Amino acid sequence: MNDLYYNWRKAKSSFISAACFVCAVIVITPLALVLFHLVRLGASSLDWNFLTQLPKSVGESGGGMANAIVGSLVLVGLAAGIGVPIGVLGGVYLAEFGSGKTNFVVRFAADILNGTPSIVWGIVVYALVVIPMKGASAYAGGLALGFMMIPLVIRTTEEMLALVPNGYREAALALGIPQWKMVVHIVLKTAGKGILTGVLLAASRVAGETAPLLFTTPGNHFWSHNLSEPISSLPVQIYVCAIGPYDDWHRQAWAGALVLLCIALAVNVGARLTTGRNSPHLAR
Amino acid sequence: MKSATAATRSGSTVVLSPPSKAADGAFRILTWLMAMMVLVLVVIVGWKLFEGSKLSLQKFGWHFFVSSDWDPVSGNFGAVPFIFGTFVSSALGLFIALPLSLATAIYLTELAPPWVRQPAISLIELLAAIPSVILGLWGIFVMVPWLRDYPFAMLQKCFGFTPLFQGPIYGVSILSAAVIIAIMILPIITSISREVFRAVPESQREAALALGATQWEVTRLAVLRHSTRGIFGAAMLGLGRALGETMAVTMVIGNRPEISKSLLAPGYTLASAIANEFAEATSSIHISALFELGLALLAVTFVTNILAHVLIGAVGVPKHRT
Repeated sequence: MNDLYYNWRKAKSSFISAACFVCAVIVITPLALVLFHLVRLGASSLDWNFLTQLPKSVGESGGGMANAIVGSLVLVGLAAGIGVPIGVLGGVYLAEFGSGKTNFVVRFAADILNGTPSIVWGIVVYALVVIPMKGASAYAGGLALGFMMIPLVIRTTEEMLALVPNGYREAALALGIPQWKMVVHIVLKTAGKGILTGVLLAASRVAGETAPLLFTTPGNHFWSHNLSEPISSLPVQIYVCAIGPYDDWHRQAWAGALVLLCIALAVNVGARLTTGRNSPHLAR
Repeated sequence: MKSATAATRSGSTVVLSPPSKAADGAFRILTWLMAMMVLVLVVIVGWKLFEGSKLSLQKFGWHFFVSSDWDPVSGNFGAVPFIFGTFVSSALGLFIALPLSLATAIYLTELAPPWVRQPAISLIELLAAIPSVILGLWGIFVMVPWLRDYPFAMLQKCFGFTPLFQGPIYGVSILSAAVIIAIMILPIITSISREVFRAVPESQREAALALGATQWEVTRLAVLRHSTRGIFGAAMLGLGRALGETMAVTMVIGNRPEISKSLLAPGYTLASAIANEFAEATSSIHISALFELGLALLAVTFVTNILAHVLIGAVGVPKHRT
């Protein structure tokens, strides 16, 4: 009787272990399926023209998304121009100067910003920039993405600076170096790699954002030479092509998605490899 | 690390000028300003949404949140269909994702051999790195047709007698949106519950093992008992994500402002209404109503996120950015 009960308990334990394994497989399956379909459907329409030509007008086949690829890079560059200085210096304040109460408030605010849905950023920047400037622009799009980067960068910076041993700071100060030079040349330099990883991960995340760009920089069909005009971007272009009625557009969308995912994953994996460090907190 | 002491020594051969206090002060103020930018941004977000929705707030008042009439032509706006769609799709998404994530987290912390753990964790993080619009694209062209032809048809066959699975099957539906939401929140819930489980002291597990518990009993008695709050927190954080999810949901939910009992019918969410209609809205009252939807969305995600942080903070898991 006792044996029977023991066996039943063991069987139950093995069964649940197996079920957990199956669940883990199910969780990874969508990744495999998305990658599989992207490569299958995207690779067939991805060619040199796609990477170098402008979109063709409706009805014509062929053409590419060269302007959108460049546009996305420009937007991420603008975003980094806003998000990195504010994020890194804000992180320096939290790690080096801030007191308990201020830090708590700033961290809390950063968490709120991080939880703000991306579509909300879209309409906030619309109200903040697009209405006063009387028109969508690359600046507005870059600003929206930059705002999204700030909370990510500020928290990674703080965390990386906290890993720098206090002895380094004390040694520097003991040599008579002013505090700001100590922070810039010793502390930030020591933590540089980790901060760079965080910045790259944040950039790869905002590079894939569509919602904040829909109203701030809806895109166009040409090369953009002026940042105060709307610029096209890969995610928006994919969205427009995906919900459009033409088969040719759908093929373009798959090819664009493949390019976007390659860029995002390359940056993401590259960033992790440079430090060999996983950052679960940057998971979305 | 207060201030550097001056290194001036009269009498010795080397005379260093004292470090400039002014530069230190300026640097300190600069970093303070940048940190304060975060607070300013929070205020800007709230203020701009409030300002944008003023017109609608004045005209409709509380009626906005009890009316289900959304008619841009006649200028009547009520948010109920969007609130309904947002909550139902997110709750269903969480309902699908939570058991899967917990089981995965248990597998990864308690059961998996060490050489499986790191690769599996990296793969799940890659899933989190897929942009929303790409999941939406996959959703429209791969997932929705498959769901329509097999699982939905089967659900209707088996449970068609309940109102939940009646009506024509379009493919795009609240249930499709819930599935895509579940895929998007799986990684975050998994990674946070993993940290919650890891925070359980090893001695608890050893104690249970010493009492003769099987592997599952160890997990249930020592790990899960200990982590209830953290699991709730992880679920809340996932819910916050789900509520604000825009692109992928917009692409598969069908975008129809109706309240239907059937999960196989198209719906609409707060976020997708803004994404779809904002660019085409012409009347100022329509734009204002969309701003108010944004305000409602912000309020809801704000509350769930705070709840999540309170719950997760309480179990002593190192703070994460979310």
